[in-house]
Amino acid sequence: MGGLVPKPAELRLRDDLEKYYWRNVWRRMLKDWRLYLMILPLLLIFLFWRYFPLYELIAAFKLDDPTRTVLNRDFVGFQHFNSLMFGVDAAGFWQAFRNTFLLSFYGLLFGFPIPIIIALFFSEIRSNGYRSVLQVATYLPRFVSTVVITTLCQMLLSGGSSFAEPGILAQVFARLGMIPEDAAYTGMLYLPQYFRAIFNVSGIWETAGYSSIIYFAAIIGISPSSYEAARIDGASKMAQIRHVVLPSILSTITIMLILNIGTLLTIGYEKVLLLYNSYTYSTANVVSTYVFQRAGIQAGAATNQSLASAADMINAVTSMLLVIGANMISRRASDTSLY
Amino acid sequence: MKRLDASEVIFRAFAYTLLTIFALFCLYPFVYAISAAISGRVAYYSGDVVLFPVDVQFDAFREIVLTKRFWISYANTLHVTFYGTIWALGTSVLGAYALSKKRLVFRRGFNFFLVFTLWFNAGLVPQFLNYRATQNIFESFFNITDDKWLVVFAMGMAAFNVILLRNAFEAVPYEIEEAAVVDGATEFQLLTRVYIPMSKAAIATVGLFFGISRWNGYFWARTMIRNRNEWPLQVYIRDTLEAIMQREIPVDTTYAQNSLIYAMIVCAIIPIIIIYPYIQKYFAKGVNVGGVKE
Repeated sequence: MGGLVPKPAELRLRDDLEKYYWRNVWRRMLKDWRLYLMILPLLLIFLFWRYFPLYELIAAFKLDDPTRTVLNRDFVGFQHFNSLMFGVDAAGFWQAFRNTFLLSFYGLLFGFPIPIIIALFFSEIRSNGYRSVLQVATYLPRFVSTVVITTLCQMLLSGGSSFAEPGILAQVFARLGMIPEDAAYTGMLYLPQYFRAIFNVSGIWETAGYSSIIYFAAIIGISPSSYEAARIDGASKMAQIRHVVLPSILSTITIMLILNIGTLLTIGYEKVLLLYNSYTYSTANVVSTYVFQRAGIQAGAATNQSLASAADMINAVTSMLLVIGANMISRRASDTSLY
Repeated sequence: MKRLDASEVIFRAFAYTLLTIFALFCLYPFVYAISAAISGRVAYYSGDVVLFPVDVQFDAFREIVLTKRFWISYANTLHVTFYGTIWALGTSVLGAYALSKKRLVFRRGFNFFLVFTLWFNAGLVPQFLNYRATQNIFESFFNITDDKWLVVFAMGMAAFNVILLRNAFEAVPYEIEEAAVVDGATEFQLLTRVYIPMSKAAIATVGLFFGISRWNGYFWARTMIRNRNEWPLQVYIRDTLEAIMQREIPVDTTYAQNSLIYAMIVCAIIPIIIIYPYIQKYFAKGVNVGGVKE
């Protein structure tokens, strides 16, 4: 087809450039060898510790047999996936999948807007000194380790050793009538109905201040004349926010939303592992902790590799589809896309 | 001073009040932890400690500070944080510099190679088997039996941080590079004399990200480090918490058992509280997510 109609000069020029580009490619690579030497360690790190593990995923399609290498095991097709999705392990797996989704969904629903509101509030603080005091205080929890945060949750909500008395926050909640008295004495972390709230509220407490930085930077970038124009038109504060602020930070919001949706199913298993216990499995067990239990990783060797890998794979593929989907929708709708 | 209309005044009042309350909420657990660590046993168990310490004692702190394993784990964490940050930041800066160059052939391919790891990761079991294999290789080929080096080299690399650095390097005007090349700068000099000084904020931020994630890392350290004497602080804290939770309450101490845990928490966050105000000012400048595009 392309041969029948002569190409316009512009396209021909591009073809020539393309040809020229590839003809000299080795010579130019050789000239820039230092650049390739610089990037080599980084590529090797990712190859060894991010890409080589992908090869172990073959185990998901093979018979579980730790005495042989992954490649030498007998092929069983989708047997493990079947067992997880429809077979004997379905109950446990779908519960974990549902918990993963609900935990992250609530996290997104409440955790996503709050930093934007905080950033709006920060832009209202006139005194630079007072604002930096507030910033130092609200960013701080983000820099404290997961272990310290979960330990604090344990101590403040459930009391510590031997549960002689409820934690201070549980006492306050009981006094305010937010939880029944006996729940405070059992320890809030030992009751499944509170797990999602504890996980997400502590998550917001931890990251909301810090996550507001990026929106705050976008808001202070808005020129004061836009506000002035809106005020002359008689816009109230709410109208200013809707018609001046939100449109200006929309692309930032979109990018952060895509990033957040991408991590929807890969919620911090570290934090779940540190917070949950056998009493709260029904709401707290997520796919990664389910994998962790089934594989018996804690014992030092993974025993149920195939099944666990299959569960991991379902999770990973779903979350990849979520990122790509979110990215596509956002590209269609607003011309903002991350990848 | 411009005149504000009523809705603006109300909004500002809201902003001041709610932010102040939120900031107090953020600080309260830490203040309470300090108070609980230094309050007396009787006062603690009778519920008198709410905000300020009652019956001040320092025996809980003394008990923690005199534990040898606490300091061993502290040293391990410092080791992992120091070498781990240098390793991760060094390789990231070099790689991000190369990636920021338009003349790098296969640039898009390399970018995709890194970004793909943000979308898809293999999961716990494959990663575990991979680290276990790495341990074996370290042991048999390099004679490294100290699992701290596994944590330093193999863990905590983040494609996102590389992209932040690449964006910062791309923002350096090309004319400056040209001028330096005319003056006879080599590739390496370009990086160390031009690009690094001009991207200090981004490098400080990414370095802080790496450092914090090393300091705070728990799960893989717990899973992969076989020798208890090589455990970092976070693993030690969790282990001690679990031990204390199961312990009978001794009645002859001046402090409550929980005060031991609070004292340990306070010791663990002191370094972060000391360093963090100095680096805090870089955050807003250094983070530019404006496009992770390949």
